[in-house]
Amino acid sequence: MEIDKKEYQEYIKTITPVFPLWKNMLRAFVTGGAICTLGQGIRSGLQALGAGEEQTAVFQILALILLSVVLTGLGVYPKLVQWGGAGALVPITGFANSVAAPAIENQAEGDVFGVGCKIFTISGPVILYGVLASWVLGLLYWAGLRLGIFL
Amino acid sequence: MQKGNASILFEKPPAVGCWGCIAGKKEAEGPLGGGLDRTETDDRLGQETWEAAESELQRRTARLTLKKAGLKAADIRYLFAGDLLGQLTATSFGVRELGIPLFGLYGACSTMGEAMALAAVTVHAGAADRVLAMASSHFATAEKQFRFPLGYGAQRPSSASWTVTGCGAVVVENRETAAGPETSGGCAVTIAGVTPGRIVDAGIRDSMNMGAAMAPAAAHTICRNLEDLQTDLSYYDRIITGDLGEVGSRALLDLLKKEGLDLEPVHADCGKEIYDRKRQDVHAGGSGSGCCAVTLCARILPNLRAGIWKRVLFLPTGALLSPVSFNEGRSVPGIAHGIILEACSLRD
Repeated sequence: MEIDKKEYQEYIKTITPVFPLWKNMLRAFVTGGAICTLGQGIRSGLQALGAGEEQTAVFQILALILLSVVLTGLGVYPKLVQWGGAGALVPITGFANSVAAPAIENQAEGDVFGVGCKIFTISGPVILYGVLASWVLGLLYWAGLRLGIFL
Repeated sequence: MQKGNASILFEKPPAVGCWGCIAGKKEAEGPLGGGLDRTETDDRLGQETWEAAESELQRRTARLTLKKAGLKAADIRYLFAGDLLGQLTATSFGVRELGIPLFGLYGACSTMGEAMALAAVTVHAGAADRVLAMASSHFATAEKQFRFPLGYGAQRPSSASWTVTGCGAVVVENRETAAGPETSGGCAVTIAGVTPGRIVDAGIRDSMNMGAAMAPAAAHTICRNLEDLQTDLSYYDRIITGDLGEVGSRALLDLLKKEGLDLEPVHADCGKEIYDRKRQDVHAGGSGSGCCAVTLCARILPNLRAGIWKRVLFLPTGALLSPVSFNEGRSVPGIAHGIILEACSLRD
């Protein structure tokens, strides 16, 4: 029997189930919104205790990272992502998860070749291209200032 | 006896004397739970690492199968075994204490089929009187190697499968010449023939849709088998594919329909049998070399022994991708090995 590759690939697309877009977007909205509300709660709480603007911002981020790492260790965070999708991946908690998970997984391979080499296997691209993107945007901003586009 | 282009029918079919399987908690909660010889509730099996856990799974399954058969490791001449990990880590460490000469095999999820084909050919040729064929997979080691660390949150697409934590082993023997104790007290199942599969690559690049990548290989081996044996689908009570899952099974049925074959009445798929997809969150179904091996030992062989089925084409399918080939954007080559299993009562 012979298989027409192109035809088969087109056919597979028609029978492969996809996530319902609206349902996924709604779940992402709820999850992401909940994480951000939690962050705002921490911030407001600290401010009510009399902490300064800068300190509360730092502590809020640290608290969310800590929470995410603990939930990763307990195996809860992946379940949160499976349900909430990008809503749980995009906030800083998702980034913390992407660093903590490989660190935990590769611990058995040692502190250098395990944790050390593999801790950024998932977040590495985000860091690299994030820095690159900020560099490019900085350059554009600088050029914009020079040319009088930005004031 | 050679048949057609690729098949073999054995004049004196080697017997599957005894078998054993061990799986994890999730598999035990599935429809095949009652057929397992043992359930491991601790995913780590008391080991420090996931890889060591899968090795321990193989070690325990081999020992359990030998014990069931009333055999010692020394009664087994060769071992044909494999798993999903790079350099066959689980197998090499898992069977080292057994002291049985080893052929380590990699056929991805089709490994059990490859092991049984080679075991049967070896026994039939008189190169061994009794051998062991075994394959395993572990959810955690497979995720780590092929996807993401367990703790990482990644949304699994609906076409993705769930790697089975499990291991199955079968004793293949020549009943007339095998020395030592008689296994299982009488013939139960024989390997009547085999149709080794060739690589079929339909250009699917999505590693989260392995069923789609393997379905053309399964279709090819089924057609090859029927052509070589000059027979049709009614020859079999069941044709049980490896782990095509939901999407791959549908693709297989449609591919064969185009060839004028209506597979649906006799088709079953290990990936769909092993979990209850409504109740257990496994998306397209089970996969991994342990999937076929466990389904074989927990459902297929017992049904043949009980005479519920007389003749089955057991067709483990494999997606032969690697993490590197996937990153390099290459397609997923598929393979499927056909093993003709017959109830002994068919020959009496």
